[in-house]
Amino acid sequence: MFPKQQVVAMLLAGGQGSRLGVLTKNLAKPAVPYGGKYRIIDFPLSNCVNSGIETVGVLTQYQPMILNEYIGNGQPWDLDSMNAGVHVLPPFQRSRRSDWYKGTANAIYQNIPFIERYNPDYVVVLSGDHIYKMDYSRMIAFHKEKEADCTIATIEVPMEEASRFGILNTNPDGSVYEFDEKPKAPKSNQASMGIYVFSWNKLRSYLEEDEAAPKSSNDFGKDVLPAMLNAGERIFAYRFEGYWKDVGTIDSLWESNMDLLDPNIPMDLNEESWKIFTRNPVMPPHYVAKGARVQNSLVAEGCTVYGEIDFAVLFSGVYIAPGAVVRDSIIMPNTRIEEGAVVQYAIVAEECVIGGGAKIGARPEDIVNKEEWGVAVVGNGCAIPPGSVVAPKSMIDSESFAQEAVKNARK
Amino acid sequence: MRGNNVLGLIFSNTHEEKLRDLTEIRTMGSVPFGGRYRLIDFPLSNMVNSGISKVGVVTKSNYQSLMDHLGSGKAWDLSRKREGLYILPPFGDTRLVNNRVESLASIKRFLTNSKEDLVLITDSDVVCNIDYSDVVSSHIGKNSDVTLVCRFGPLPRKLVEPLVLTTDPDGRVIDLLIDPRTDGECCYGIGMILLRRELLIRLVDDCVSRNLYSFKRDLLQRNLSSLRMYSYEFSGYARIISSPVSYFAANMELMQPNVRAQLFNPNRPVYTKVRDDMPARYGLGSEVSNSLVADGCVIDGEVRNSVLFRGVRVGKGAVVENCVVLQDGQIRPGCKMKYVITDKDVLIQSDRSLLGFESYPIFISKGSVV
Repeated sequence: MFPKQQVVAMLLAGGQGSRLGVLTKNLAKPAVPYGGKYRIIDFPLSNCVNSGIETVGVLTQYQPMILNEYIGNGQPWDLDSMNAGVHVLPPFQRSRRSDWYKGTANAIYQNIPFIERYNPDYVVVLSGDHIYKMDYSRMIAFHKEKEADCTIATIEVPMEEASRFGILNTNPDGSVYEFDEKPKAPKSNQASMGIYVFSWNKLRSYLEEDEAAPKSSNDFGKDVLPAMLNAGERIFAYRFEGYWKDVGTIDSLWESNMDLLDPNIPMDLNEESWKIFTRNPVMPPHYVAKGARVQNSLVAEGCTVYGEIDFAVLFSGVYIAPGAVVRDSIIMPNTRIEEGAVVQYAIVAEECVIGGGAKIGARPEDIVNKEEWGVAVVGNGCAIPPGSVVAPKSMIDSESFAQEAVKNARK
Repeated sequence: MRGNNVLGLIFSNTHEEKLRDLTEIRTMGSVPFGGRYRLIDFPLSNMVNSGISKVGVVTKSNYQSLMDHLGSGKAWDLSRKREGLYILPPFGDTRLVNNRVESLASIKRFLTNSKEDLVLITDSDVVCNIDYSDVVSSHIGKNSDVTLVCRFGPLPRKLVEPLVLTTDPDGRVIDLLIDPRTDGECCYGIGMILLRRELLIRLVDDCVSRNLYSFKRDLLQRNLSSLRMYSYEFSGYARIISSPVSYFAANMELMQPNVRAQLFNPNRPVYTKVRDDMPARYGLGSEVSNSLVADGCVIDGEVRNSVLFRGVRVGKGAVVENCVVLQDGQIRPGCKMKYVITDKDVLIQSDRSLLGFESYPIFISKGSVV
C-alpha cells in the first residue's frame, strides 16, 4: 500500500518524433538534447518537481534505451523519493490482450493499475516535446476552483498561425464548447499546449469507455476529449502566459535553441526559484582561448573554443578548433569542429567530427533560391571528411553520408 | 572496480593559516578552486577513481561549508549502503584536537571498526589527479610499512613543515628531515601517506602514551629506523596551495592545455557538487580570451586570463583581467579589475577600478560590496 498522492503526473514520452529525422533515429524525442546541457524531458520533469508533484510516470515505447538510462532513478530531479518518484513505464506483456501503446489515451489506460496504487484525485497528462516553465499547481488550483472534470492549458498564438494548432473555443467563463483541430477559419487563438489536468475518477471511466469502443484511435485529442465534451462534462481552458514552444520539428528545435540567446524572450533558465534540473556532465569549466571570438552564445562546461562562434549553442565537451567558424548553429555534446570548418545554420548531433575546411549549411543570404535553404542536420557520430560540403536543408547520418560519398566517387 | 581494501582518510583542515582570508570562513577542503571545484574534490575524486569506497573526512573547525558541499557524498558516488562517506567532526570531551595525532586518536573507534587493511591519509591542499592504485601496488610490491607520496624538484615556497626525504636507489627512505635547508632539487612529501590500518593505530597509541603529538616528528621521523618506509614519486601535475600567491598561480595554470589534460583526465574525472546552472551565456560585444568559465555565468564585458566560477556576471564595458572571481560575483558595467581574487557573492559596483599585482593579488572577502 502506498501513501495517497493527490496528484500523479503521466508524461507521454513514447513518440518517435519522426519529423526530427536523424536526430531521433536512435533516440526518443524527449531525450533530444536542448539548450546546451538539457534534454527536452528535463522541462516537464523539472516543472513537476518545482510544482510539488512527486509522482511521475514516464510512458516510453520508441527507442527507450537512452531515455531510460537518462531518467535512471530520478535523482537529478529529486524524484528518487521513498514512496513516490519517477517511474519508467514501457508497454508490457500480459496474460491476455497484450499490446503496444496504441495511442496517447491507450498508454494511460494500460497504466491504470500504476495510477491506482497512489489513489490520486487528479492526474496531469504531459507531453515530452515542449519547452516551457509552468507551475502546474496553479493549473490544478484553477481546475479545483472551477470544479472541472478536465482542464486544458492554452496559449495565445498569432491568429494567422492558429490554423496550425488545436484550437479551443470557449465561453466567457472559460469553459470549452468546441475543439477545432487545425481549423481553416479559426474562431479563437487559444491553442492547446497538450497539458491536461483530469479528475481521476472521470478520466478512468472515459478511458475504459474509449478502450471498449472498437473504432477509437485511443487518442486524447481525437477521441477522449471530444467524448467528454459531447457528454457535457465540465472542460475548462487554463490560459498560460509565458514562453512555450513545441520542438517537434527541426526548424522549431533550432528556433527554440536560438531563443535562449535572445534576452527579450521571457524564459530565464538561471531563475533560482524555478531551476531546470538535468543530469550534469562531469567536466571542468569551459575554456576560451586567446584569439577566440565568442558572442551571443551559450557554452556548456567541458568545451574548448579556439575559433569563432556567434549565435551558437555549444553542449558539453565540444571542441572548436582555431580558424573554425560556427554561426547560428547548435553543436551537441563531444563534437569536434576542426580547423577552418564553417558551420552555419546547422544542427550537429553528438560525437561528430567535422573535418578541416568542411562547410556545413549556409546562410540564407548566400542562397539564390530560398526554397533550397533550411537548417542542415548532421546525425549522431558522423565523421565529415575534411573539405566536404553538406548542403543547407540536407539531413545526413553516418550511413547516408557514406552512401553519398560512394555515389560521388563513381561520378 | 570498487573496493580495493583501502580506507581513505582526508584531513579537511590543513594549513589554513596559510591562505588567510579564503579560509577565514571555511576549511581548506572547501576552498573554491578552478571555476567549479572545492579543494577537497581532488583527494575525494582521486580516491573514488582509485576504487576506494570508504572515505572518512576529518574536520576540526569551520566545517559548515564543507558539510554543505559534501552532503551525503552522492556527487562522488559515496552515498552507499555499504561503506561510503563518513564525516568525522571532533568528538568526545572538552579537549580540543590540536594536532594530527590527537585527531587520529579521537577517531580510533572509526579506525578500529573499519575492516580495510590499508589506510591512505591525505591533506586537502594538494591539487592533482593521481591514481592511488599505483601507490598501493608499489606499497605491496616493496613490502613497505609506510609509503610516502613525494615529488622531486625545488621545494615550493611557504610549505608548512615540509618532509624532505633521502632515499636509496630502491626508494627506501633512509633519511627524513622536516623543513631543512635545501639547495636546488629535493624529494619532498605531498601529504599523502599509505600504511596498514593496524600499524597506524599502534603508532598513534604509542605516541599518545608517550605524550608525543607531532605526526611528522614523532609518528614518522622517530620510527624511521624501525619501519620500512618507502617513497612513491608522483610526477604528474600537482600543486600545493600554500599561500594566496600559489592559490592564484594554480588557478592561472589551468589555462595551459597540458595542465587541464592532466588534471581533468576524462578517465578519472573530478567530481563536485552540482548546481544545475544553465550554460554560460555570452552577450553581444563580449570579448573573452584565455579564460576558464563555468556554467551560469553571463558575460557582456571583456574577460582576459581569468577564472570565472559559477554564476558570475560581467556587465557591459567591464574589463576583468588576471582575476579569479568566485561563485555569483557580480561585476557591474564599466569596472576595471586586474589581479583581483573576489570571494563568493561579491558585488563590484559600476565603474570601480581595482588593481592588484601578480605577486600581491587583491582579495575581496565574501559578500562584500565595493
